[in-house]
Amino acid sequence: MNQEQVPQDQENLNEGKLAKLYYATDEKGHYVKVNSIGWEPETVAMQQAWDVVNDEVEEARQKVLSGKASPLLYHIKKNIMTPALVASYAGTFGFMVRLHCHPSFFRRLSRKQLEKYAYTFRISVEQLTDVERLKNPQ
Amino acid sequence: MTVNFNHKQSAHCESGVVSNLLRFHGMDFDEPMVFGIGSGLFFVYLPFVRVNGIPGTAYRTWPGQIFKRFSERIGIKIERQKFSTPEKAMTALDQMLDKGQPVGMLTSVFYLDYLPAAYRFHFNAHNIIVFGKENGRYLVSDPVMEHTTEISYEDLARARFAKGMPEPSGRMYYPVQMPGEYGLNKAIWTGIKQTSDHMTRIPMPLVGSKGMQYLAKRLRHWPERQGDRKAIQWLGNVIRMQEEIGTGGAGFRFIYAAFLDQASQRLQNEKLFDLSKRLTKSGDRLRDFAYEAGRVCKNRKSDVKTFVELGDMLEAVAHEEQAIFSELYDVSRTQ
Repeated sequence: MNQEQVPQDQENLNEGKLAKLYYATDEKGHYVKVNSIGWEPETVAMQQAWDVVNDEVEEARQKVLSGKASPLLYHIKKNIMTPALVASYAGTFGFMVRLHCHPSFFRRLSRKQLEKYAYTFRISVEQLTDVERLKNPQ
Repeated sequence: MTVNFNHKQSAHCESGVVSNLLRFHGMDFDEPMVFGIGSGLFFVYLPFVRVNGIPGTAYRTWPGQIFKRFSERIGIKIERQKFSTPEKAMTALDQMLDKGQPVGMLTSVFYLDYLPAAYRFHFNAHNIIVFGKENGRYLVSDPVMEHTTEISYEDLARARFAKGMPEPSGRMYYPVQMPGEYGLNKAIWTGIKQTSDHMTRIPMPLVGSKGMQYLAKRLRHWPERQGDRKAIQWLGNVIRMQEEIGTGGAGFRFIYAAFLDQASQRLQNEKLFDLSKRLTKSGDRLRDFAYEAGRVCKNRKSDVKTFVELGDMLEAVAHEEQAIFSELYDVSRTQ
């Protein structure tokens, strides 16, 4: 890639925080370093991965609001985690986490267990259990 | 305590950390040199290792290998530590900082809040350097960032003790002994030999340029076998692994070509420069592949024809890389 061809696509997901380093060639074929603010195909691929995540979060939110799942499910999806990963943070087992995604089991959880889940998502127990908040997520 | 730390941006986190750490200790290695001597370039397709149901693709070696190989070849002694609790890990870090020693460490990008939100997935093998502490916040040299940045105690402790695969377990490392005399030329040739050997001569279908051919073959059939939705997701993942942060473009091919360029100047070897130019061309074709694949992903329609064409593009690159690295292997054998 020639240094003039290094893409600078304005539409990117870097929030202006990042201009990545690329290796590109000068006219003789020797390498120089060039910064790039974004490239469309990469942005598309990244956006696509986030679309999958966001769809799952939305699906989980609807389930929680309609009472089919506990808020735990929403927070798992929101943090791009899996039950197994949550279990390793909260010191329990994956199947227990899956069980607690059901409202009836979630309601019976002790304060201590709720605190462990809240710690996992770095929120308070109130934020974890509050379903009302999910009606207007930020 | 703050030390005078000279941060330089790099494309890849691991080679960047090594380059920045060694510069602090008075050894100037540019990032491509570290990447090349550490034999960073590779290709592997891992259909049985699924992340969220998507088969894995890697254009580089396993995390940690570059540093390990590089320090062996140059003769640097590295002290590595891991810890049982975040408190112990952070205390040990503070002690090193008090001594004025910058420390490299493994972190999860999910908790590094200075990165753009779009990059913050659960990727647990990101390398950064912490070189100081000011007002309770740690000063961070993240090689992919243009400038140094900072992070809070809580976030750093979380990032160092993220769970999942692989677990960083607070791993940190710093050089304890610099080499006296070292054979740079020999190290360069060893690095080249290993990379070219691994790219062309491992008798397994999923690794090296054979792995790329295999992926090309499978990729053609994704729409009919996996359905449109999955096919596009999987294709998107191949592009992400190739172009996303840390690759320097074209799945590390450009960094490696930059290494061959630098090596040819150092060793006065024109052949290496020729191969660098060929690798640049073949990297450009990988970029074309990513561009076309990006268009398929954007339109969200996978018709079989496009995937067949994409497969052809990738296979052509695989053949070209096979030729380049075979020649590179022959050249390195004569040394």
